[in-house]
Amino acid sequence: MPILKQLSVFVQNRPGKIERLTGILAESKINILAFNIASSGEYGVIKMIVDKPELANKKYKEAGLTSYLSEVLGIVMKDKPGGLNYLAKIITKNKLNVENAYVYVPKSRKNAMLIIDVRDIKEAKQNLAFDKKL
Amino acid sequence: MGAEPYTEETRKKIEDILKVKVYNSYGLTEMNGPGVAFECEYQDGMHLWEDSYLMEIVNPETGKQLPEGETGELILTTLTREGMPIIRYRTRDLTFIIPGKCKCGRTHRRISRIKGRADDMFIIRGVNIYPQQIERVLMSVAHVEKNYQIYLEDGDKIKVKVEITKKLFDGNLDNLKKLQCDLTENLKTEILVRPNVELVEPGTLPVSEGKAKRVFDNRKIY
Repeated sequence: MPILKQLSVFVQNRPGKIERLTGILAESKINILAFNIASSGEYGVIKMIVDKPELANKKYKEAGLTSYLSEVLGIVMKDKPGGLNYLAKIITKNKLNVENAYVYVPKSRKNAMLIIDVRDIKEAKQNLAFDKKL
Repeated sequence: MGAEPYTEETRKKIEDILKVKVYNSYGLTEMNGPGVAFECEYQDGMHLWEDSYLMEIVNPETGKQLPEGETGELILTTLTREGMPIIRYRTRDLTFIIPGKCKCGRTHRRISRIKGRADDMFIIRGVNIYPQQIERVLMSVAHVEKNYQIYLEDGDKIKVKVEITKKLFDGNLDNLKKLQCDLTENLKTEILVRPNVELVEPGTLPVSEGKAKRVFDNRKIY
């Protein structure tokens, strides 16, 4: 159950933003593992899990973008029907308030990873670890 | 007619449509309100009531007195007031004293239509606003320093664009929405009109050479 670095970037809601963000990563040979957009009218926040988060953050800052590195929790689950539901039951049981969540499925497809954004990552990790199956 | 900018064309239009004569007038609350200067029947400059107000035109930067015909800042001193006399009040209005005699025969000298301001004050929906007021609110609510610009649009709308720099962003969209809301409400409380606060990416606001231009007045003057 790793703690991962999540890259958040502030962008205005205009065409070409995703192209620009992904272009910068491609140029630096950084691979995107998960991608999520939250928007509110005129602007939004694009969140990503990449394989080289510190480098990506540095490249974005050099390009003049407003980016931020934060921590999120990655929970492995079975890539089968019921995989996410099983996890959801545990999250509810532990009374975790999930602010944001998205999924990353690696090539192997043996399992998938649920990425959750919670207020207190360390506490969440501790509580969830008690449920042995994780 | 006075108080806010309008063109000679508009004055003539009103005269044609309403079939009345329209006289330009100049005044300010700090004197007695409207009528500190007023046009006569020849509508060629506003006679300032020099028996009530002593007028001077100065260079707004150096304070040096300027002769008739040269544009500068109008300074007024009350001559007949008792309760609250005002001495050398800097109006920040730019104008010049029209040299020569008026055809009407009055010896009170005339000033031209106001040419502009010697400061950054602008008027929105009848309210005087200084960019410094907006800057103060942006600073106190969100520590926004110089990364903002003010746009005045037709319909007397005011838009404040704020660059979201590193220190204003913690990755959370809800916090940005809250910031936008806080800025809007605090600005409205300070300047009395509700602005449209827009959050923009850093580097998107046009950079000006020399002294930073903060207010872009895109309103058409009618």
